[in-house]
Amino acid sequence: MGPLAPNLVISENTNFLLAFFIGIAFGWVLESSGFSSSRKLAGVFYGYDTVVLKVFFTGALTAMLGLLFMSLFGWIDLSLVYVNPTFLTSAIVGGVIMGAGFIMGGFCPGTSVCGAAIGKIDAMVFVVGIFIGIYGFAFSYPWWEKMYMAKYLGEPKVSTKLGMTDGLFGLLLILVALGMFIVAEWAEKRFPREEY
Amino acid sequence: MDNNTKKERGRKYLNPYIGGVLLGLVLLAANFVSGRGLGASGAFKSVVVTSINAVDKNAVDNLPFMAEYAESHGTSPMKNWLVFEMLGVLVGGFLSGAVAGRLKLKVEHSPKITSRRRLIFALLGGILFGFGSQLGRGCTSGSALSGMAVLSLGGFITMMAIFGTAYALAYFFRKNWI
Repeated sequence: MGPLAPNLVISENTNFLLAFFIGIAFGWVLESSGFSSSRKLAGVFYGYDTVVLKVFFTGALTAMLGLLFMSLFGWIDLSLVYVNPTFLTSAIVGGVIMGAGFIMGGFCPGTSVCGAAIGKIDAMVFVVGIFIGIYGFAFSYPWWEKMYMAKYLGEPKVSTKLGMTDGLFGLLLILVALGMFIVAEWAEKRFPREEY
Repeated sequence: MDNNTKKERGRKYLNPYIGGVLLGLVLLAANFVSGRGLGASGAFKSVVVTSINAVDKNAVDNLPFMAEYAESHGTSPMKNWLVFEMLGVLVGGFLSGAVAGRLKLKVEHSPKITSRRRLIFALLGGILFGFGSQLGRGCTSGSALSGMAVLSLGGFITMMAIFGTAYALAYFFRKNWI
């Protein structure tokens, strides 16, 4: 049955329309969780507000478990679901640059759009920055092309790389997340905090 | 915690664990409906390609990174899943803020720094994030969150690089936040 669009159950235009509604739900959840506030987002790096860690990992785990169970029940064909390719060098270097941008700017692209939507001027400026950064990359691409293409590993699953089944890896990740949530709850009590 | 200040700033936020489960269900829906995860930076890229194309058609062809993208997206790079999704994010974020009474034009910053300083760092952060998202083939949404949900090795690596770097640099930028 699923995924619907790759299985041609729904048309391309229906897929685009549903993308819009999925986006509305995405934006709603981000904003109502407090992701429109840079001070709340940055709190995870100082321990005074760990909402990012809790929402992000609960979200990733929920979706991961959902996909594993839906696949088990035969509701979705995971071979038709897009798996991000792994280019080792650019995944690390790009991530490092994004991490620096995160601690300086207090947003990531998705959350900055949420912040801008409710009138945060700092978020709007961040959005302008994103455009400048992408233009910069596009115009200087020949300099980075080698790095961009380096160490291509295909589309490996992290569970396969670690020699485990998907289910066992999922279970371990849940335990890791629970450990992090306990530390997060402790940190929020330990460090003074104010709601933004 | 002061309850009065809280009320002034609008209604309370969602419980983070409930928010996380809801986020996961949205991501699951994206995978079930469209066979792909959520994203953000890709939509920005579509706008960039379109704008360069509008100014000078030859420019896109001369930029190998953009030309490849424009080619794989047929007639219009704006007719793209992520563009429709991000337009939804704009609407959804606005509606949530409106319902919770959080619509307000303002520069949010720590009382220890000026608005000007906040905006300069917001711009620098945005530039780095924009650049890094292209090099890393996706941002926190498209690469880290969505990649993790499908167990992509690259997604996990990018997630660790983003959060690891931000933690490593947190000390140097502490004045901006605490």
